Amino acid sequence: MRNILEYMKDHIIYLDGGMGTLLQAQGLQPGELPERWNITHAEAIISIHQQYFDAGTHVVNTNTFGANGLKFSQDELDEIICAAIANAKEARKRSQTKHEKFIALDIGPTGRLLKPYGDFDFEEAVATFAQIVKIGVKYGADLIMIETMNDSYETKAALLAAKENSDLPVFVSNAYSADGKLMTGASPAAMVAMLEGMRADAIGVNCSLGPKALAGVVEEYLQYASIPVLMKPNAGLPQEINGKTVFDVLPDEFSQDVTALIEKGVRIAGGCCGTTPAYISALVEASKHIIPKPITQKNITCISSYTHAVQFGKSPILIGERINPTGKKRFQQALREHDIDYILTEGIQQQERGVQVLDVNVGLPEIDECALLQETVCELQAIIDLPLQIDTSDAAAMEAALRRYNGKAMINSVNGKEENMKAIFPLVQKYGGLVVALTLDENGIPETAAGRVKIAEKILQTAQSYGIDKKDIIFDTLAMTVSADAMAAHATLDALAEIKTRLGCHTSLGVSNISFGLPNRDALNGTFFAIALSRGLSAAIMNPYATDMMKTYYTYRALLGMDENFQEYIPFVQQLAQTTHMVQNPSVNQPVNASQTDAAQTSSQLQKAIIKGLKEQAGELTAQLLQTQEPLQIVQAEIIPALDIVGQGFEAKTVYLPQLLMSAEAAKSAFEKIKSAMATAPEQSADKCKIVIATVQGDIHDIGKNIVKLLLENYGFAVTDLGKDVAPETIVETTCALHAPLVGLSALMTTTVPAMEETIRQLRIAAPWCKVMVGGAVLTQAYADRIGADHYAKDAMESVRYADEISAALHASMQ
Amino acid sequence: MVYVKEYDAPLVEQAEILRYARCKESASELIAQMQTCLSEVWNHLQYKVCYIRLPIQKENEMLNLSFAKTDSKALTKNLEGCTEIILFAATIGLGIDRFITRYSKLSPSKALWLQAIGTERIEALCDTFCADMAKQLQTEGKKLHTRFSPGYGDLALTLQKDVFRVLDCPRKIGVSLNESLLMSPSKSVTAIMGISQSCITKEMSKPFCQNCNQVDCTYRK
Repeated sequence: MRNILEYMKDHIIYLDGGMGTLLQAQGLQPGELPERWNITHAEAIISIHQQYFDAGTHVVNTNTFGANGLKFSQDELDEIICAAIANAKEARKRSQTKHEKFIALDIGPTGRLLKPYGDFDFEEAVATFAQIVKIGVKYGADLIMIETMNDSYETKAALLAAKENSDLPVFVSNAYSADGKLMTGASPAAMVAMLEGMRADAIGVNCSLGPKALAGVVEEYLQYASIPVLMKPNAGLPQEINGKTVFDVLPDEFSQDVTALIEKGVRIAGGCCGTTPAYISALVEASKHIIPKPITQKNITCISSYTHAVQFGKSPILIGERINPTGKKRFQQALREHDIDYILTEGIQQQERGVQVLDVNVGLPEIDECALLQETVCELQAIIDLPLQIDTSDAAAMEAALRRYNGKAMINSVNGKEENMKAIFPLVQKYGGLVVALTLDENGIPETAAGRVKIAEKILQTAQSYGIDKKDIIFDTLAMTVSADAMAAHATLDALAEIKTRLGCHTSLGVSNISFGLPNRDALNGTFFAIALSRGLSAAIMNPYATDMMKTYYTYRALLGMDENFQEYIPFVQQLAQTTHMVQNPSVNQPVNASQTDAAQTSSQLQKAIIKGLKEQAGELTAQLLQTQEPLQIVQAEIIPALDIVGQGFEAKTVYLPQLLMSAEAAKSAFEKIKSAMATAPEQSADKCKIVIATVQGDIHDIGKNIVKLLLENYGFAVTDLGKDVAPETIVETTCALHAPLVGLSALMTTTVPAMEETIRQLRIAAPWCKVMVGGAVLTQAYADRIGADHYAKDAMESVRYADEISAALHASMQ
Repeated sequence: MVYVKEYDAPLVEQAEILRYARCKESASELIAQMQTCLSEVWNHLQYKVCYIRLPIQKENEMLNLSFAKTDSKALTKNLEGCTEIILFAATIGLGIDRFITRYSKLSPSKALWLQAIGTERIEALCDTFCADMAKQLQTEGKKLHTRFSPGYGDLALTLQKDVFRVLDCPRKIGVSLNESLLMSPSKSVTAIMGISQSCITKEMSKPFCQNCNQVDCTYRK
């Protein structure tokens, strides 16, 4: 028997069809686990496999779709997979047809959703799949078929487990919804980018829909993939007719539709739900005359997030550089305080400014970069769908982040030093990625363009020895300041033009370095960016707040026909005009409203802005006030009184929760300005006492807790937010470490109240000094009493009031 | 056999969204913010249901639901006179969860609106599905009882495990169950609806809220 990868080179591969529907016909009950039938009904399984082989199938999937350690014990799992492979082997022996026959270890999804939207940890998922793979290898599967995955992250976990625990070929197939995306949002192009980067041997689609409805997705695969594409559609949709289940696509139509896609380039085909051996024979019959279409290299340079791919070369790509502590005091403070929300806000704001990729650098000498980079990547991916450029010089931190990254990342960076390439290229090889290659080596940065291009060639050559194609390398020819060398820009630009034209590679630049040490840098950067673009630059790492560079970007695209109907240029210039107008006439932006309370009418504009919940104005007004007033004075005289007015309104039920929150957000943006001002004078502190808050273990809902956090911070408390689904031990540990006098616990579900009770029990032992307040949808005073909490806060304002009490008592006892 | 249905967006009931956001009156600025949120999330919503029709029967003190057995008195009462049930799971998808998470960092007031919108949308989807099923059953001369979810009354939430096993929700509509029996996407519902030959009893036709024993609920109509 030949290796399937060899055989595939010049043959169309036929897969099998449905298993579940056939088992149901033989008496499998709703909810019964079909994997157990490998043992209890071995003959039935063997017979189905044999029918497929007889029908012309090259690869049957073992009956192990749901066989995993979450449903079965290790022993039973071993027994099931052993029996499943034995059944397939027996069928292969019995089948008399002459064609090649292979057995694929079938791996389906676990049924659990991965974090952050589910509670299943990525590494747990990898371990779950690894267990299956190891057993499959032990009993002699010929290849691994990961299928029906409707989440990109779980797909990555499964592929990683397969690659780490076997040398078998791996086929990966995803299940797309009618909108052409995975359930968790990934487009076909994004999946191709990630899976090809991780070196799957074939990729494609199965289940969900019939062949016609899946054609669009399959064609997208064919357009982007440089590896074989597979398809395994359903026999259409099931319908109930006279109490019987009938699928609406019959074998003839099915085989014609799939054959049409084989003609377009599909190399591996079979069926999923509702298809039977009759479908496969019809398909084999209809398509056997086709000479397999060769697989071509698409040479597409792209990266992806968990939703979409970003392709280089069509239009310039902007990479936001703001998530980086270099030279930013406030950002450094955020990193030291583990203020992830600050980093996330930087990310969101850059996205709103129009960047397509976010650079992520969280390196500071005194922090654990490995852990923080991984955490930041996960947190960013929870809320921002842009692909990320992971930026670190620490290879271990790079690997930690790449492993958890959901998609194909940009890797910043590798350079021409042997040692560096040895550390970085294996990561690219394993996890996939588009790597930024700096044209420098052991001898530093060559002054000439020729010197830089030479390094580029060396890098390309070395990459090739790792099997990394040039499409996955993007060169940075290093912009150096013209203030030190008036000809510096020439070397950078000439090198990038040559790399683009002669080496055929894409390029990227940290544009703003060009102007270091000179006044009005934005003006120089904008023009340099324009020149670089005209010489063929593909991407820029840049600050999206820099107006001149953004002008270059939008005008360049508008001028070269990259912006259809000027759809992006026009809103950009309108926005620009508006901002300019606001800066020149600040009064147009101030809040005016007659329907305010008496107290508000007499208070300052900042107070009004907060009461009215006007976020941007509150920030701007605070910035203005900071020029004349002390930060703490603004807090005491403006922000707190405004919050009190709103808080009292809320308690009197004249202000509703959304309004309370809008005010709190406005206050927060005022506080952000205050914090920035104080970051340069850290001896001042407005903080009252420390409070630890968390949503308890098992509970993943945190909106209530976030509201409480926002308000407590508004009132000057130093809140340590441990997040959601937090173990009692973590809460206890943090409370002790901070010696926090108050802990706030939140729970949404009755099922997680016991976790709250356990947390309180442990706190009483380890941190007897601290008070515990509880809140959340299911809690009542009675519940709070029963689990031994000190206080039940029925809403966010109440938690502020209680925290004030604790804080006041603490101060009194200290005096 | 488990079937899957996908619906167009049901009509939005603004008053319901306001109720879920705990706003008793509709100040124009509140409505404006709510509508901004609604339009932002609109294209990221889907309306999917998977369901199965199963026979049920009483076995002494227990009720055999085909996929599980229960001694819940409340469910037994709800299913009085029924010989079959429709068991379903519905979801509006993960899109809204992403928005909620994003805004809970950026703007909790918007996160609150999105929570309220999500709750209104999933309830509206359930209503649409129920009406659709009721119409279908009418042709058989049968009636549909009001939906009843695990965790409701004395029906244990642990029943979710059985529901998920029989409906295969992760594969059919992309809903999964976590260890504490919460569903992801969060705006998802599972429920049982009785099918009977006769007219719906008076009890069963009362609006949802009034059937519930928790009279001090913040959201009670």
